[in-house]
Amino acid sequence: MTRILLIALLPAIVLSACSGHSTAASPEPAAYGAAIVESSGGKQITEVGTPLPQPVVVQVNDDQGAAVTGALVQLTGPNGIYLDPASGLTDPSGQFTSNISLGVTPGRYQIVATTKTKSGKNVDLKLEEIALGYQEVLGSQLNDQYCARCHNQESSPERVSNYDNLEVKPHPFTEGDTLNKMTDADLTAIISHGGPALNKSPLMAPYGYTLSKSEIQSLIAYIRMVSDPPYGAPGIVYAQK
Amino acid sequence: MSLPENLKKFRQKFFGNSVSAFGWTSLILLILLAIAPAKNFFSDWLRYQRGYERLISRRSDAVTLRRHFESGIQQIWLPELGVVDRCTTCHSAMKEATLADVSLQPYRPHPPIPHKLEEFGCVLCHRGQGTATSVEDAHKSTLAWEEPILPAKYLESSCGQCHQRDLQGTPQLNLGRKMLRAYGCVHCHTIKQPDGSVITATDDPPSLTHIADKTSREWVFAWLKDPQAYSTTATMPNFKLSDDDARDISAFLISSSTPASLKLVQSSLDTAKKIKDDATLQTKASSLYGESFCASCHAVQNAAGNLVGGNIGPELTKVGSKVRPEWLQAWVRNPHDYDPATGMPHYRFNDEQVGELTGFLLAKSDADLLANLHLDAATPEQIAHGKRLVNDYGCASCHEINGVKRPENFAPELTKIGSKPVNQLAFAPGVDHNLYSYIGAKIKQPRAFGASLKMPQYTFTPSQVDALTSALLSHNERALTIPAAKTVPALPPSHYEPAGKAGQLIADLNCFSCHAINGRGGDMAPDLTWEGSSVQRDWLLQFFRDPNTLRPALIRRMPKFNLTDAEIATLTDYILTVYQSPKVDRDSMPLTGYPPGQVELGKQLYYSKYGCQSCHIIDTKQDKGYIGPTLTHVGSRLTAAWVYNWMKDPAALRPGTQEPKRNMSDDDARALTAFLMSQRGNEKQEAKR
Ligand code: HEC
Repeated sequence: MTRILLIALLPAIVLSACSGHSTAASPEPAAYGAAIVESSGGKQITEVGTPLPQPVVVQVNDDQGAAVTGALVQLTGPNGIYLDPASGLTDPSGQFTSNISLGVTPGRYQIVATTKTKSGKNVDLKLEEIALGYQEVLGSQLNDQYCARCHNQESSPERVSNYDNLEVKPHPFTEGDTLNKMTDADLTAIISHGGPALNKSPLMAPYGYTLSKSEIQSLIAYIRMVSDPPYGAPGIVYAQK
Repeated sequence: MSLPENLKKFRQKFFGNSVSAFGWTSLILLILLAIAPAKNFFSDWLRYQRGYERLISRRSDAVTLRRHFESGIQQIWLPELGVVDRCTTCHSAMKEATLADVSLQPYRPHPPIPHKLEEFGCVLCHRGQGTATSVEDAHKSTLAWEEPILPAKYLESSCGQCHQRDLQGTPQLNLGRKMLRAYGCVHCHTIKQPDGSVITATDDPPSLTHIADKTSREWVFAWLKDPQAYSTTATMPNFKLSDDDARDISAFLISSSTPASLKLVQSSLDTAKKIKDDATLQTKASSLYGESFCASCHAVQNAAGNLVGGNIGPELTKVGSKVRPEWLQAWVRNPHDYDPATGMPHYRFNDEQVGELTGFLLAKSDADLLANLHLDAATPEQIAHGKRLVNDYGCASCHEINGVKRPENFAPELTKIGSKPVNQLAFAPGVDHNLYSYIGAKIKQPRAFGASLKMPQYTFTPSQVDALTSALLSHNERALTIPAAKTVPALPPSHYEPAGKAGQLIADLNCFSCHAINGRGGDMAPDLTWEGSSVQRDWLLQFFRDPNTLRPALIRRMPKFNLTDAEIATLTDYILTVYQSPKVDRDSMPLTGYPPGQVELGKQLYYSKYGCQSCHIIDTKQDKGYIGPTLTHVGSRLTAAWVYNWMKDPAALRPGTQEPKRNMSDDDARALTAFLMSQRGNEKQEAKR
């Protein structure tokens, strides 16, 4: 009787043993810092579920501001985010590098990098990354095609920016201080009917006869998503834990 | 105790007399009956629906939300698409835009997309088990024939099931599809589109029939071992050949090569040799390289290690270590002599110029590339073995090789790869057991699946691997069965051929390498399909003689081909008569003679109402616009009819143009046309030239 029971239970026991996630243990820190700062990789933009174009690099410093080798850095982020690796020791230049993929939800993802000080206190660094959904991806493509040459100061030999040539300066779409004050209706008006619709310069042309309503909505969704500081009204999602 | 004995005891104890038997049976029945409702009560979906009701009860628009909410199992059933989805049973808020701030699943509304949920369901895009009503069953795959939820990074693949054409909102899928063609995947793997057409490659692997004329066996050996060591941008993958195998393949390729009929001009060769070793002469030759706009198509690594130049032709950083001088002078003179199908234009260089360019290119070499490389003369056994290897690796799938037939279906067909059942896949160690991980791993490191596999190693970035995986996932069973009315078929490839003498010239100059006409050709330079409606004859004649860039911010790319006057006239007449838009009658408006009042009105509209100076330059002293073409001479370049129609609707004449449509009145458009046609540059100076 017991034998039968055992045979019946065996697969269940084996299965339950297997399904337990083996979480890689963090290494023991060899040194402790006093502060953690960003080296590069914050405020990147990518599509939902895809890796950030550049890895995130953070640096641990001591109280003199000098880089600390062998300090333990741990990254945490919202559900769905993939951190490769999620923890590790800083390299000889005091840096810790992680390749990060964002989750399925369009929105802003906050990543927290933590290191321990000698006294056992945690010091944090918060980084933000942006994941574009379908609508914002479409908006970013339209921005590339129609808007970026005027609204983006970045210039390359293949794509020379027109920003410096404009008598009235447009705002980069990341400039939340200005753009967040404009309502969706304002944005729709100036994009559809041009600068004069809001008593602004005609150097901003109307795009309402070129782009469809849903394309203009996509552009606005994109503008809202990349704005810095973030645009907080409903419609933008903060991907949380 | 044995089992039958046990059973007997059990029966006696509980079912010994009829009363107790009845009692026990009833009890068992009751318990059984209770299982179904209990299971329901404890089921995932009921729990989620109760959670949703709690969530919405706290919202300000609770009444509306509750009115929309339907309890019980929900189902989207679309027989035409084979969709039976119960996902909305738990994902109750899919269409509730006011819940956009909710981040808790399964209550988030669906992010905006161009389709209605009730028309397409969920699994069509997200995969997973549509009919399941528990979290585990719906999202994970536990059985071999089931599909897990598709990770977000491959979602665009689902768009590709119906949309066979590029979509603006799916950059990743577009890239993956382009790569399937550009990296020649489809030379070996057949991929049929749902309309039955086969995807064709856009790369152009060279024919190897005359390879011995072009290069040395040593170079072939080094290239076979590691193509990217010669050129980081080489699209040929690495076959991870052993030294012996590379030795034998190079032996076979060289021995099977037949001589091409190349024109050797000794004076060109002498000039080339002189220039190759002389720094001052090099500088002079480099200006011919620049003037001929070779860099529009070919890249060269500069001192800082950056590639500068186009990617239509091969990189030339180390070309001097590759090609034979005799071959190069013939190629520069007329590439069609060696390869009739090449995309490189036939520049009409004289023998001196041919020598200059040849010498300039021969100096671009890398002494380390073939250093310490010595191959003994090939033996017949090695050559025979080389031929066997060429067959084994399917080299002739891409390259024309004497004595080797192009293999049919060399590698597995991939028409349905995106729905291949997991139990038919052989996984490499460490690869997650699902289709998308399999495809990604196979592209990234094919030989990890078995050292004897023939698929070569590419050097793709992780995002390129993801793009290719997405493109392949879109080729699946479902894509083949979706009713044609619901799909957007691929654009049929254009086989347009211009006729007559001009047609021969267009082929000789390979205009299609850069320009598209009637759906055929490249996208580096403007589409010429309607060029005949837009430009004036004199301007076009002058442009062929001495091409110039029209846009201040654009690098000039159009080369001067040293055409004869007769050739220029042939091309110009053909373009002006054949490449006409049905929407524009080029002779319907005069080029000059507009009343000064109208010109003045046009000027006002230009600067104040329409703000054209933000993108264009007319007055070089004050205007700075850098996006559109410079308009200082537009009145002697374009036809008035084209300008007028352009004002009315630019995208109707050139789809995708950056210039927005302004919904201009006819009067405004006419006035602007009058103003623009008055911009004829400094005519006195023009006349002197
Ligand atoms: C030719 C250059 C140019 C292009 C192209 C252009 N804009 Fe503008 N835009 C301007 C200028 C100049 C202003 C500032 C007008 C003012 O402040 O009077 C402006 C203003 C705006 C504003 C108001 C906020 C601000 O920056 O002052 C928005 C929103 C805007 N543009 C959106 C767009 C979008 C969306 C596109 C692409 C579809 C686009 N623009 C393309 C030049 C341009």
